[in-house]
Amino acid sequence: MTFFNARSAWSIYKRELVRFLRTAFQSVLSPVLTTSLYFIVFGAAIGGRMPDLGGVNYAAFIIPGLLMLTLLGETTSNSSFGIYMPRFTGTIYELLSAPVGVAETLVGFVGAAMTKSLILASIILATAMLFVDYTIAHPILAILYIMLVAASFSLFGFILGIWADNFEKLGIIPMLILTPLTFLGGTFYSIEMLPDPWGKIALANPIVYLVNGLRWTFYGTSDVAIGISLGLTLGFLTICVAIIAYIFKTGWRLRD
Amino acid sequence: MNSPSMQPILEISGLTKRYAGGLLALDNVDLSINRGELFALLGPNGAGKTTLIGAVCGLVRPTSGTIRAFSHDLATDWRSARSRIGLVPQELATDMFEPVERAVSYSRGLFGLAPDKARIEEILRSLSLWDKRNDRIMTLSGGMKRRVLIAKALAHEPDLLFLDEPTAGVDVELRRDMWKLIGAMRERGVTIILTTHYIEEAEEMADRVGIIRKGKILMVDDKAAMVSRLGTTEAHITLAEPLAEIPAQIAMPGVHLDEERRVLSYRGGDGSGKGKAEVAELTKALIRAGIDYTGIDISESSLEDIFVDLLEQREAESVA
Ligand SMILES: Nc1ncnc2c1ncn2[C@@H]1O[C@H](COP(=O)(O)OP(=O)(O)O)[C@@H](O)[C@H]1O
Ligand SMILES: [Mg+2]
Repeated sequence: MTFFNARSAWSIYKRELVRFLRTAFQSVLSPVLTTSLYFIVFGAAIGGRMPDLGGVNYAAFIIPGLLMLTLLGETTSNSSFGIYMPRFTGTIYELLSAPVGVAETLVGFVGAAMTKSLILASIILATAMLFVDYTIAHPILAILYIMLVAASFSLFGFILGIWADNFEKLGIIPMLILTPLTFLGGTFYSIEMLPDPWGKIALANPIVYLVNGLRWTFYGTSDVAIGISLGLTLGFLTICVAIIAYIFKTGWRLRD
Repeated sequence: MNSPSMQPILEISGLTKRYAGGLLALDNVDLSINRGELFALLGPNGAGKTTLIGAVCGLVRPTSGTIRAFSHDLATDWRSARSRIGLVPQELATDMFEPVERAVSYSRGLFGLAPDKARIEEILRSLSLWDKRNDRIMTLSGGMKRRVLIAKALAHEPDLLFLDEPTAGVDVELRRDMWKLIGAMRERGVTIILTTHYIEEAEEMADRVGIIRKGKILMVDDKAAMVSRLGTTEAHITLAEPLAEIPAQIAMPGVHLDEERRVLSYRGGDGSGKGKAEVAELTKALIRAGIDYTGIDISESSLEDIFVDLLEQREAESVA
């Protein structure tokens, strides 16, 4: 009697990566392009007139935020499509009929999402290198934090992909909630720059903690304490895992 | 009778499924499948065949009832059971961008088995897919796509295989191929449950046939027993001269004269040969009575006739 089948998880993981690589050109080109555009507009055009923030050059200051921007969007959409499409086309029958539980499914899907996010992050950081000199203060922590965020948001995307029963719903949460919150999440400014009461209001935006958490691993400074960032991210991850475990247990939107 | 091999491979009891919308798709189904047999579940569209398969394979949550496969209760011990069950779904659902061999290898891994190139090759060859192993599934014809789904279902070497309408929408030639294929799988000892609404298919291949309608199993029996229990013999004897009425010497149950009084018809028997014997008696009686005839047309009822009769009879009952 086994409770976790590593081979099943590995198969799911491998297949998800292959699926990602199938659209590799798009997966790579799109973040390179957007990151470059942001650097041209914010780094070069506006950045020259901006003071250093927390002792960090403005163009370097925006790197963690840009990384987070792409990461959240790509991870969420990638994993929501990853589970929505099989439901939509019916291929999910195979996963449901296999001797595979929530653990194998999540290890496969989330593991692949973390790998993809590291690939993406490397590409974005390499692109950034073309525009600005920067050094990462805590590289190991940065990698771990990126993986943690990727895991959380791939789970979040997974829930979206199970919840959505049409393409419109699939896109609506990322578009109406995630994107605005990310833009207002302190990527391009320090929330200390905001006049009252906006600085306080900004603290209600969860993305602020993600961006600042990553910024701390990069430059050792941030608007909020790293412990809070880490705690919130872990909390979010836990909630997502619990929701997915519940979905698998009840079969909601998976089994008729 | 108590040896393990005599235990049914699948035991369904009191299985009921009511969909969220309220539709009762399975109504207290009891069914037991023997090891090594080929069982055909026969029923019109919407009868509940796919739902029944879904309940066993984990795609549908039963409302009530129990399912045991390989003596494991699927509600609790689904891992052990599912690793030995294969499913070829009704719809051609698979990642169309994937190349054939990779899709099949994935299925094997998903079910927790170690990669085995030789085994995959054997499966692909047996389905005439080996030459297409590097082709994307989207480039294949419909019949080939279905073979890929079969290969995927066989990749983990299941002991129990479900084929949901394996020949629906497939042309006659391909259907024959599919029959051969299914026969070969069965030779290898795989227990097969297939659904179909082609009676021809059940008649050609199955050991036992279950008839399902509106979520209820109407009848389960050996194909031969079913024909013998419900089968009839029909004979039409063309007379040389019209008869005014049936003479007393040849009057027997099931014999009647058509309106033009030129054809003497018989309908009776039970599929066990009794009907044929009675027809022989009838012809002898005609000769003794001096009634000449020019032709005899005799036929045994097929599973199809039984099926249609049974459904019509139930329809009449449910209307009444
Ligand atoms: N997911 C579902 N939700 C609600 N009703 C369904 C669902 N799937 C099938 N049904 C209904 O259940 C009945 C049995 O369907 P099905 O098992 O697919 O029949 P068959 O395979 O014999 O054609 C049909 O009336 C069908 O419309
Ligand atoms: Mg069906």
